[in-house]
Amino acid sequence: MTMASSGKDMRTPLGRVRGLGSAREGTGHFWRQRLTAIANIPLTLFFIGFLISLNGAGYAETRNAISNPFVALVLFLFIISGLIHMRLGMQVIIEDYIHGEGGKLALLVLNTLFTIAIGAAIGFALLKIAFGV
Amino acid sequence: MLVSILHRITGGALYVGTLLLAAWLLAAAGPERHFDTVNGIFGSWFGRLVLFGYSWALVNHMLGGIRHLFWDTGGGLEKHTASRLAWAQLGASIVLTILVWIVGYMARGT
Repeated sequence: MTMASSGKDMRTPLGRVRGLGSAREGTGHFWRQRLTAIANIPLTLFFIGFLISLNGAGYAETRNAISNPFVALVLFLFIISGLIHMRLGMQVIIEDYIHGEGGKLALLVLNTLFTIAIGAAIGFALLKIAFGV
Repeated sequence: MLVSILHRITGGALYVGTLLLAAWLLAAAGPERHFDTVNGIFGSWFGRLVLFGYSWALVNHMLGGIRHLFWDTGGGLEKHTASRLAWAQLGASIVLTILVWIVGYMARGT
């Protein structure tokens, strides 16, 4: 029995692709980007239609529309899928254009923190309106 | 080339644009005067211009994304097909965005 792969790496080829392979994360980024892209298509169409229906609506009418359970849930999914997608996209832009390790690391951290902050703010607002408080 | 880089630019614009969505929803979650303030800014001519740009970025990026998903299947990569698709995307995004706004105004007026 000889080892198929040389060196001290004990992981299987599949394990390398799934985990920290030579590209550091294998196909995870590519896959999540596409998955959220597909999900974003119907969610975005719903969002545009929802905004059209709200054109000219006032405070009470807007809150009432958002507090509909179906609307609130779909908006929640739209935000989650959209934020994951945009964080991945911005990560690629940062990695493509910023070459200094320090600056790149700082921007990647900011990218994640911005995404979380926006997600928390929008999530909080949606829940608050949906539960009528 | 142009349409390709536009995909990144519109993606970046949508990224920053989430701040507008957050501002709108937080205002709706707060007292009425906050909502009226944000609504007033968004409803001004400048606000509408920004929102029009935002909606075009959204439509254009979505169409570009569909083009990329089609490429992922191995289709549409031939040079002339690819450029035709790119220009079709640009044209369709402009037409569709204008259509969305026309429908929006027809639905409610003002």
